[in-house]
Amino acid sequence: MGLMKKKWQRRHIVEAFIKFMMRVSLVIVAGALGLILWIVIVRGLPALSWDMVTKIPEGGYYMGKGGGILNAILGSLYLAAGGTLLAMIFSVPIAMYLKTYLGESKWGHYVRLSLDVLWGIPSIVYGAFGFTLMIALGIRASLLAGIIILALIELPIMTRAMDEVIRRMPVDLEHAALALGSTKFEVALRVVTRQMLPGITTAILLGFGRGIGDAASVLFTAGYTDRIPTSLMRPTASLPLAVFFQLGSPYPEVQQRGYAAALILTIIVLAVSLGSRWLSARLNKYTIK
Amino acid sequence: MSEIDTSQLISKTTGRLTRPVVASRARQNEFARRTFFVFTLLPVFLILTVTVALLVRSWPILQAYSLSDLIFGDVWKPTNGQFGFWPFILGTFWVTAVGVILAVPPCLLTSIYLAEYAHSRTRSIAKPVLDLLAAIPPVVYGVWGLLAIVPFVDEVLAPLSDRWLGPISIFSVNQPTGFGILAAGIVLAVMIAPLIISVMYEIFSTVPNDLRHASLAVGATQWQTIRNIVLPQVAPGILAAVVLGASRALGETIAVLMVVGNIPQVPTSIFDSAYPLPALIANNYGEMMSIPLYDAALLSAALVLLVVILIFNILSILVIQRMRSRKWA
Repeated sequence: MGLMKKKWQRRHIVEAFIKFMMRVSLVIVAGALGLILWIVIVRGLPALSWDMVTKIPEGGYYMGKGGGILNAILGSLYLAAGGTLLAMIFSVPIAMYLKTYLGESKWGHYVRLSLDVLWGIPSIVYGAFGFTLMIALGIRASLLAGIIILALIELPIMTRAMDEVIRRMPVDLEHAALALGSTKFEVALRVVTRQMLPGITTAILLGFGRGIGDAASVLFTAGYTDRIPTSLMRPTASLPLAVFFQLGSPYPEVQQRGYAAALILTIIVLAVSLGSRWLSARLNKYTIK
Repeated sequence: MSEIDTSQLISKTTGRLTRPVVASRARQNEFARRTFFVFTLLPVFLILTVTVALLVRSWPILQAYSLSDLIFGDVWKPTNGQFGFWPFILGTFWVTAVGVILAVPPCLLTSIYLAEYAHSRTRSIAKPVLDLLAAIPPVVYGVWGLLAIVPFVDEVLAPLSDRWLGPISIFSVNQPTGFGILAAGIVLAVMIAPLIISVMYEIFSTVPNDLRHASLAVGATQWQTIRNIVLPQVAPGILAAVVLGASRALGETIAVLMVVGNIPQVPTSIFDSAYPLPALIANNYGEMMSIPLYDAALLSAALVLLVVILIFNILSILVIQRMRSRKWA
């Protein structure tokens, strides 16, 4: 009896201890997010001004004189929007084909595997690849090159996001349409597309968020300039690089603006992330489950 | 899944049905199937193209030097034609190892908590927190590292370690700046946490509840159930999640570059500065066309990263896919 009692106590102490450690871990992870946001807000807010978001760098900006980073904000929006659009053109058909024609077949399995592997390739490697591509084609750092590389980075993310959503579509819907005599293409076009809408929205925002924050790939392909890009063949500035370059400056005023640029980037990314949750929850109401 | 060729089926069995509309719809379907199929070749094609392109561009340096000279050489002077990657390879290894070691225990505990213990309300709060953590751009992590982690390492961790762990060489403080492997490791640990937690969580939820119930019914506590029943079932998946996290850490560039110090040396302590491969590539892309073989050297660094990451990724994804589709008799 004594032995049993001792055993009983010990395993329950272990249980309580482990549970406590788990709660601590969860708090650490959530706390890290809080700490990041807090630091970026506290250090970025004082330097944030209307000029920052409405003006391009003026003469002597990088020595602490007037101007803003409108060039980087617009450049980043162009880059991410272009990349997302280009990635859409390829990811929607792939996700559709995976659902309607491949399903859980062997080839479908390989396509998903290759997408997951692509997802894991770091952006610095994509950047280096983009560099070799630009040398081969003889084009210089430009908005277009940046858009192409971002599209490659976003493609697996967007396709898998759509795939995960559309996989949950009830198979009955597909069967009903096929039983009425539709071809698979008609199923894809008329049934799957509608059910895919929340997935497509989530995918677009996910891809956009990833694209706008990526620094290592645009460093090679898009270059940096103080002007707002007027053509696809011109180089363009981007927010992550604006943060990076300004932090490297010896002038404290310029570093301050780097923090403010980081805050702007964080706000955009968080808005996109929260927006995608809200939008997909709303759109999910209109799909058949 | 077998593909049925609709046009053939119709024309052979019921000739009556080959009306123009039906035939054209079948043709349309066939055309769509072929077009879509070409699109699905794209991911595989991309992986091959990236690898081949980097291999072709780095070929000159692989021709000019032996592989062991490149890997184990420790002098990096591109202007003298000396390309030794050893300090950079070690730097990458140290930074990744510290990041993974710091990330795994809290990630494992958090994912067990979310999968086995947490109330559904806690879970619905944790999910967006992890999503936001995953959405924060690397450069913002870098800013955080620069403003919070580097001073923390410099003012708190380094003096503590110097006082209590000084005699152990990997904890000794040789360059007290805060910039170094430990700072980069802490930043990386937070960056890879959302990925590791979500993969582990998913793996835990593949275990059927019957197993847990059987163990709980004979009087085991919840932790005993997890340790003796659940964890042995998912061990390969847990390992795969860690490897996946490590492969993310290996390629991380901007955030690491901002806090690691970027000094090409063979590190001996976690407080030393290091210079990982991605940082090397990003810092020197500007002048790489001006020195002979420099571009080939940097692109071969990218190739090495790519190959290691591909191997890590493919292995871990295969294990995770197998766990997901496992049949529980």
